[in-house]
Amino acid sequence: MGRAWVFGDNVNTDIITPGRYNLTTDPKEMAKYCFCEVRPDFPEQVKEGDFVVAGEHFGSGSSRESAALAIHASGIKAVIAPSFARIFYRNAINVGLLPIMAPTGSIKDGDEFSLDLENSLLHNKTQATEIVTQPLPAFMLNIQKAGGIVAYLNANGGRLPEMG
Amino acid sequence: MKKTLTEKIFSKKLGRDVSAGETILCDVDLIMSHDTTTPLAIQSFEKLQMDKLHADKVVIVFDHIVPAPHPAGAELHKSVYAFAEKYGIQRVHYGEGISHQIMAEKGYLTPGSVLVGADSHTCTAGAFAMFGTGMGSTDIAVAWATGQTWFRVPETIRINIRGTLPQHTSSKDLILTITKEVGTIGAAYKALEFGGPTVDAFEMPDRMTLSNLAIEMGGKTGLIASDGKTIDYLKSRTNETLEELHPDPEANYEKILELDADNISPQVAAPHGLEKTVDVQELKGIKIDQVFFGTCTNGRVEDFQILADIIKGRQVARKMRLVCTPASKEIYLQMIERGIAQTILESGGVITNVGCGPCIGRHQGVLGDGERCLSTMNRNFQGRMGSPNSEIFVSSPAVAAVTALAGEIADPREM
Ligand code: SF4
Repeated sequence: MGRAWVFGDNVNTDIITPGRYNLTTDPKEMAKYCFCEVRPDFPEQVKEGDFVVAGEHFGSGSSRESAALAIHASGIKAVIAPSFARIFYRNAINVGLLPIMAPTGSIKDGDEFSLDLENSLLHNKTQATEIVTQPLPAFMLNIQKAGGIVAYLNANGGRLPEMG
Repeated sequence: MKKTLTEKIFSKKLGRDVSAGETILCDVDLIMSHDTTTPLAIQSFEKLQMDKLHADKVVIVFDHIVPAPHPAGAELHKSVYAFAEKYGIQRVHYGEGISHQIMAEKGYLTPGSVLVGADSHTCTAGAFAMFGTGMGSTDIAVAWATGQTWFRVPETIRINIRGTLPQHTSSKDLILTITKEVGTIGAAYKALEFGGPTVDAFEMPDRMTLSNLAIEMGGKTGLIASDGKTIDYLKSRTNETLEELHPDPEANYEKILELDADNISPQVAAPHGLEKTVDVQELKGIKIDQVFFGTCTNGRVEDFQILADIIKGRQVARKMRLVCTPASKEIYLQMIERGIAQTILESGGVITNVGCGPCIGRHQGVLGDGERCLSTMNRNFQGRMGSPNSEIFVSSPAVAAVTALAGEIADPREM
């Protein structure tokens, strides 16, 4: 269970991790300035298991992996949005953050949620509603379950997953 | 099967017919990263229990914060150098220019091959009919270790352009117009393919400007067929065999957009996004503190020539900062040779060393609270060049040049 942190459409990577702070390779450091300009309360108040909820094309802009890493290191397990920018989407899977595609229009900031990956469902406890999510392709789910692509490769003799 | 450029490239790589929508595992030909994305890739690579690194495929370009503006940057650079030494990476370029420009100038971009880069504007390689696309650092580390990556083969939006650009407009106005039409997420998960008589007539720099903005529409890459011009540009720069690569006529496009270059007018994107692109007339007169000329979009000698032709014998406006950052050393040398550098300096402009310059707000011309910059760059996200309370306008070189003289947004047609 976690609370929803709601953002709008087109949240770009400069909003997630502003370029001028991007000088560290330590995810914990990155988490300190995650969303710092649009939601200064986020880095301080976000809790383990919370959700980032957004509109279309989340994570557009630069290829910086710090965006996915900072969100993940903030304790967020999943970002829920109707669509993602593709580089962010890949980065999320690679670092073990779940990019979940679902309609998010009804979700209010602060709503309490749980995510049922097996059944592709989001339970909104606050509104007592369920949202059907798009299932992740199997190979991506396997990467995410392993804890990211590095852990996946280490567990599988350095071989990338079969596609299909 | 009739194929788009994307399908042709991946079919050749896999040795079988590949169509849009498939997810494939694919060997990559080149893996590019730069000084600020490489450190994270190193961190991921070091966590991998794999000893091999495909050094022959790797290119590292130091361009984002060069020379290092602070000790933290210097430490990043040191770590990248040490890594390159350790793994015998030969193609390391320091202070020679912006990665996307260097990839072209060094002849690394060969038609029909596949490039992954830890930078979103890797799509610029599409101008050479090379499938270039941006990825994050961990994807790059995995490519270093395995020589491979996975792709979802994208559907293609074809953009046909005919006609001739009117005076005082350029490929930048064209691509801003296209971006307005397609939308900043209109090409998400898709490839763009630019073609038609106007694109055929463009030289490589104009083609690179088109491909460079593919990502600003969410596109995976921005491909252009390779022809005699592509081969002419590359042949003195590489020993690789170079082929002409065209899409099949009547390939299966998801959408085809027709554009007439004759109708293009100077465009300016207002803050904070390219979706705010309008005709220059709508923004005329807005006061500007800094004009930034450079980047992988419009930092080439042809762009600085436009600037020099407009400002020669005049002075930039009072309190205007004209910051010029050549995209590469080769370009800088041409600017000196052609007298462009002298014109800029005499007119009151500043020329920085080559690289990304202030494009990402880390050095060489960052913006303070309330300041406005008009730039030839590709992206005007809030806060990108410094203070979150500053504003960035994006335009062509001609609009930037007349704005530098006027101190406010001006229309080059009214010079
Ligand atoms: S010039 Fe700007 S857009 Fe181009 S690679 Fe450098 S930082 Fe990125």
